[in-house]
Amino acid sequence: MNILVCISHVPDTTSKINFTDGDSKFDTNGVQFVINPNDEFGLTRAMWFKEKQGANVTVVNVGGAETEPTLRKALAIGADAAIRVNTPATDGFSVAKQLAKVVEDGGYDLIIAGRESIDYNGGMVPGMLAGLIDANFVNNCIALEVDGTSATATREIDGGKETVATALPLVVGGQKGLVEESDLKIPNMRGIMMARKKPLNVVEPVGTDAGTNSVSFEKPAPKGAVKLVSPDNLDELVNLLHNEAKVI
Amino acid sequence: MSVLVYTESEQNKFKKAAFEVASYAKAVADQLGTTVTAVTINADDTSELGNYGVDKVLKVSNSNLENFNAKGYAAVLKQAAEAENAQVVIIGSSADSKYLAPLLAVGLNAGYASNVVASPSSTSPFTVKRSAFTNKAFEIAEIKSEVKLVGVSNNSFGLVENTGSAAAEDFSPAIPELGVTVASVDKATDKVTIADAEIVVSAGRGLKGPENWGMVEELADVLGAATACSKPVSDLGWRPHGEHVGQTGKPVATNLYIAIGISGAIQHLAGISASKVKVVVNTDPEAPFFKAADYGVVGDAFEVVPQLIEKLKTFKAQQ
Repeated sequence: MNILVCISHVPDTTSKINFTDGDSKFDTNGVQFVINPNDEFGLTRAMWFKEKQGANVTVVNVGGAETEPTLRKALAIGADAAIRVNTPATDGFSVAKQLAKVVEDGGYDLIIAGRESIDYNGGMVPGMLAGLIDANFVNNCIALEVDGTSATATREIDGGKETVATALPLVVGGQKGLVEESDLKIPNMRGIMMARKKPLNVVEPVGTDAGTNSVSFEKPAPKGAVKLVSPDNLDELVNLLHNEAKVI
Repeated sequence: MSVLVYTESEQNKFKKAAFEVASYAKAVADQLGTTVTAVTINADDTSELGNYGVDKVLKVSNSNLENFNAKGYAAVLKQAAEAENAQVVIIGSSADSKYLAPLLAVGLNAGYASNVVASPSSTSPFTVKRSAFTNKAFEIAEIKSEVKLVGVSNNSFGLVENTGSAAAEDFSPAIPELGVTVASVDKATDKVTIADAEIVVSAGRGLKGPENWGMVEELADVLGAATACSKPVSDLGWRPHGEHVGQTGKPVATNLYIAIGISGAIQHLAGISASKVKVVVNTDPEAPFFKAADYGVVGDAFEVVPQLIEKLKTFKAQQ
């Protein structure tokens, strides 16, 4: 099995989010970048397929040279090879089109991407990729087994989960549950040393039209102070929720 | 030229979110000077949609679409958009709608903005406000393609009643080979889901163990709320992953979010920040959640929650 894991290079979940250039650009100053958490669950599941079923695992990112440390980390975790499509990741549609070309060239039969990146939260790249290459698609995937060309996947639905039968070629939008948090691998020294020798191929982008364009950013309005209610006076809380907040 | 909206139903009943996206579509149609066409899949009575500004309904009835299938549903919506020559297509933010949206975007070659929280600030260029960075910021995004796909965030626009009537007609699009078939569904049908809830009661490690969730569920019952939890609680296996709220879990945008024994890690606060009113109960007055909350009770959950349940029962009985 030939697996492609799509890796988004995103600010760490604890990052303070700020903007520069008249609130038109994300301020990367002092921000630690990581593998998008939803992608990391997928990468770890791909490692399981590598260990148990002899799968070959390639990771890919669409982005500038600054994303290479994130790809190297994925190699250190155990991926066999990395590809960077040398163009800034603008909107989800153009990223999906770049990835479609990578899939076409590499002949991957299972593509695992995170259900969304934690920066732009577009939630569209895996589905668009599946649409573009006409592969099967399972989103919000929390369990995945592959047997030959058949696959069984579980997806989270509102209020529960659903198990589906499908076949390769398959794209999944993965998330926590695909593996457990405790299964995530921290690269060890040997992995880091080996990652330096693994191929990281830079490929040039195909020309695409973006579907959307980021105009500017806003931060939420600052919050007023909390109104404290004494635990001995919970009638007051009920009263406030009913008469002031009008939510009950 | 009409605005097309997908109004989701379940077991023949429209979800509240269906009326919200219909209301949103009506607002966009008014901006564009056009009408609203809704698409329903296996819903019998579509008359209610008129109350939210829908002028016309394309009713699809097809036993092959009994279970949700992203590819099949996206194919239906693509054909409906083409039949109506729609330039703007509106969908919701349920797990299913978010699943089909990118497939539909490819089908229509449409730019797609998800998590949109307000009606377009301009229709030329077509510009919308959407939440990004897990609610830590908003992005103003322009959809540049000819056909535009807008995913509206739950509870962001609200319901706007209208006095129209929706004329229904049958619509029979071609259904492609589905490729993904449902083997089994595991869903509690008697519980309010986080996605549909107007109130969410959430609890954290402060509850000390899964055996103490009875009072959380009771509080949720009294309020007609869904239950949720913090990340450590789901990592510890006290509660199912589906209840995990936050940056790597579910985002929550409810009218009321009650956090019990949750300290308020930045990832959790981001995930719930789109909720309108937040209440925190925590023994530690220094817990970061107090900075994000509207109302706070510094106290022991094991004393506060049972009392609050009693007070709310009394309140509900008087209503």
